[in-house]
Order: sequence, then structure tokens, then C-alpha cells
Amino acid sequence: MDTGFIIEKFILVAVIFGISLVIAMYSTYAERKVAAFLQDRLGPDRAGPFGILQPLADGVKMFMKEEIIPTTSNRWLFIVGPGLALLCACIGTAVIPWGTPIEIGGKTIPLQVTDINVGVLYIFGVVSLGVYGVMIGGWASNNKYSLLSAIRAASQNISYEIAMGLSIIALLLVTNSLSLKEIVSKQHGFWENGWFTWYFFKQPLGFIIFMVCSFAETNRAPFDLPECETELIGGYHTEYSSMKLGFYLFAEYINMFVSSAVMAALYWGGYNYPGMDYVAVHLGPTWAPLIGTAVFFGKICAFIFFFMWVRWTIPRFRYDQLMNLGWKGLIPLAIANIIITGVVIAIIEKF
Amino acid sequence: MSTQVFYFVATLSIIFSLMVIFAKNPIHSVLYLILTFFTFTVHYVLLNAQFLAVVNFIVYMGAIMVLFLFVLMLLNLNKETEPSKSPLIKIVGVIAGGCLIVTLIGSLKAASISSPLILKNPGLGLVENLGKELFGPFLLPFELSSLLLLAAMVGAVLLSKRDEVEA
Repeated sequence: MDTGFIIEKFILVAVIFGISLVIAMYSTYAERKVAAFLQDRLGPDRAGPFGILQPLADGVKMFMKEEIIPTTSNRWLFIVGPGLALLCACIGTAVIPWGTPIEIGGKTIPLQVTDINVGVLYIFGVVSLGVYGVMIGGWASNNKYSLLSAIRAASQNISYEIAMGLSIIALLLVTNSLSLKEIVSKQHGFWENGWFTWYFFKQPLGFIIFMVCSFAETNRAPFDLPECETELIGGYHTEYSSMKLGFYLFAEYINMFVSSAVMAALYWGGYNYPGMDYVAVHLGPTWAPLIGTAVFFGKICAFIFFFMWVRWTIPRFRYDQLMNLGWKGLIPLAIANIIITGVVIAIIEKF
Repeated sequence: MSTQVFYFVATLSIIFSLMVIFAKNPIHSVLYLILTFFTFTVHYVLLNAQFLAVVNFIVYMGAIMVLFLFVLMLLNLNKETEPSKSPLIKIVGVIAGGCLIVTLIGSLKAASISSPLILKNPGLGLVENLGKELFGPFLLPFELSSLLLLAAMVGAVLLSKRDEVEA
């Protein structure tokens, strides 16, 4: 572990952290613009040209508001809750491969913070840890609406984690690896041996289950029951004000970014795109990886748009509908998907 | 380096597990237990068992402890609602604790510091090798334990269904 290695990783982490914060910041702007577009309105247009400075104005507003910690709350845990939510949202980006190794000044730098051989499971661990932020915050508020909504959030996340894990198992049968770097590099190009290389075309059902579950895990509409205003006043963050509330809201957008990145990496080829070999030969090892990374971010933005599109199209589920969908719909489908995938692989390999 | 990290994390594990017992509030106990499990995860990583570390992280920290927290939050245990223990239970507790201390001291006297463990195969804890072990020499116990889990699951469903039939 030399100093160069540490500096390299430090810069990479700082860049990724910055990018995910900026994307999350502009997701709030994009969300309002998309909502406006879908509802035939203008959306924010006062702060700067086209309202482009709106996220900054929102941030300043959040910081300027009065910081309230209820006297009956558990002070220490009340502060830990939002911090934990934001932390869990941010550390998920560590194992995502953002591009092929890039060559700068004769030095090859991998565009991934760390390639642990259980990368997919690491993402799961981070996701399952994320629920603590909500639960601790909801309980520490010492408010029954916050508590109820925290418990709702926890049961929702646990239920959908199971289906998510099962949908991933079918994918792992195809990839034979848990490392995200290998999973993405196996989807090289677009077309090989008479079929698409991207795993979406090998696991369409698995992808749909995974996507529905990631909507539920990020608490996005139509699964935003933990913050259902009509039933729970405001949700687990009822008692929060100022930037602590901002942390919770911000964590949701970072989660959305991370889960978009995971979906794009696992099922839609990550940084791979048709004709990437041609580009790599003609542009050299410095620029070609950057184009791959740009393509990856394009896919991520498409997914973020999809998240918003769904939010303003489909109404919120009722609680029993949510549980029925999770336990009686998605889990059996995911198990069937595993069996079908196993049978198909056995037929292809043995006959 | 690795030994120092081990001693640091081991101290943390012991402190957190003591806090589980000494914390007045049950919710705080569970939160300390979560931290204890987290230090165990670090221990697994130090032992080069990455898969076990992540599984410990997901299953214990991410799922089982959430359920613990869930139940305790719903029960809303307070000091007033906690039943006071009768003197008999206190005496039994003291005797049991004394026995535990004697056993611990006895086992500590018999123990000696072992030479540091050197892994023959550093990749032993990786998913691939673990899978080959589980589905090779240990296939029967593995399948049997999965049957046991299935039986437990069916039992739980049956227990929750019984009221509906009677009503």
C-alpha cells in the first residue's frame, strides 16, 4: 500500500462522492421538472435560467431553518438516525465499476473504488443497513406516528429484500460470479454468440422483480408508504426539521441514484455499449473508458427518469396490497424464475 | 498490524457486548447488540472469510436484529411495566451467575496462548471454495439443515393460521 495508491483511491472516492451528491441534488430539480412536464405545468423557473439554481436555493433554505430537537426525544439517537440514513446511502457506490481501467500518463487506474469478490452481497448489506436510519429516527422521535411509519418502513424493506435476493440468485446462476466488476465485464459489447450479452435479455423476469423491489427499498412511489401524509401526518420524519430532515430526503435521492447504477450495471451492461471495441481502438485507452463512463451515466439518468415517471403515474399502494404483492406475487415469481433459469442452464450445458 | 487490529476490534466487541447487558433501555441493548455483530463482521474479514462476513452482516445485522428492534419498539417496554423479580429468582440468578464465573475461571486456567493460526489456503473463506465444500463433502448435513429450516417455516405458518380456523 504505497502513497500513490492511497492518493489515487482518495481522489476516486472524492470524485464519486461529489458526483453522487450533485446528481442527488439535481434529482430534486429534475423531479419537479418531470412532475411539471407530466402535469402540464412549468415547474420551478425563478432561480436562475430555467430554475437551474433551485437546488441551491432549497439547500440554503434547509440550512437556514430552525433546528428543533423535541425535549421528549432520545437526543443522541435522534441525531444518529438521519446521519446513518445518509451514510448507508453513500457507501453503496464503493463497489460499482464506473468504467474500464483508464490510462493517464502511462498509469492504469481502475475506475472502481474496490473490487471485493462479494460485491453484490455488499450492496445488499448496505441496503439492509439503511433501514436502521429510518427505524432509529422514527423511534427516537418519541411520536406514535413516527414510530408507526418507521415500523411500516422496516416491514416493507424486509419483505422486499427477500424477493430482491431471490431475483439476484437467478442472475448469479447466469453470471457465475458475485463480483460486480466481473459481472459487468462479462456483458462486453452488445451481441455475441447469437444473443445479447446484456443480462436483461437473459433475465427479463429477474430484472422486473429486481426493479420493483428497488422501488420498494428506496421508499419511492408507489411504495412510499412510510411517508404517507394522509395516514401518518408526515412519516418517520414528522419531528425532524432543518438539515436533519434534509438528510432523510437527500438520502432517498442518493439511494435512487445508487439503485439506478446497480440496475444499469447488473442488467443493462454498465459501461458497455454496442461498438465499444471500435471506439476503444480509435480513441485510445484514455478517452474510450471515459465514453464508457458517460454511457453508464446516461443509463443511470434514464433509470432516474423512469423512477420519476412512475412516481407521477401510479398512485400509492394500500398497505395490504403492498404486502400481498411482495409475499404472494414477487417471491413465488422469483422462485419460479430461479427454477426456470436452472433448468434452462442445465439443458444448454448438458444437451 | 493484523494482530493490533484484532485486539482493538476484540476490545470493542467485549465493550459492546457488556453494554448490551448494562443498558437500561431494551432498545439501546438491541442497538449495542447490532454494534457487537458489526465487530464480529470485522473479525470474519480479518480471518479472510469474506462471504461469512457479508452473510453475518446481511442476516444478523440486517434482518434478525431489525425484527428484534421491531418487536421491542412495538412492546414499548418501560421501567414501570417491567415486572419486579421475586427474591427466589434473584437467589437462583446469583447461584447461576456464580457457577458461570467458576466455569469461566476454570476454563481460563486450562487455556494457554496458542501459536498464531496460519491458514494453509488463504482463499479458504471465498464463496467459490465455501460452495465447493458445502456441496461436496458436506452435502448431506447442508441439505438436512435446509429441511429443518423448511420445517420451521411451515410450523410458523401453521401457528399463525390456527386462530383463523377456530374462529
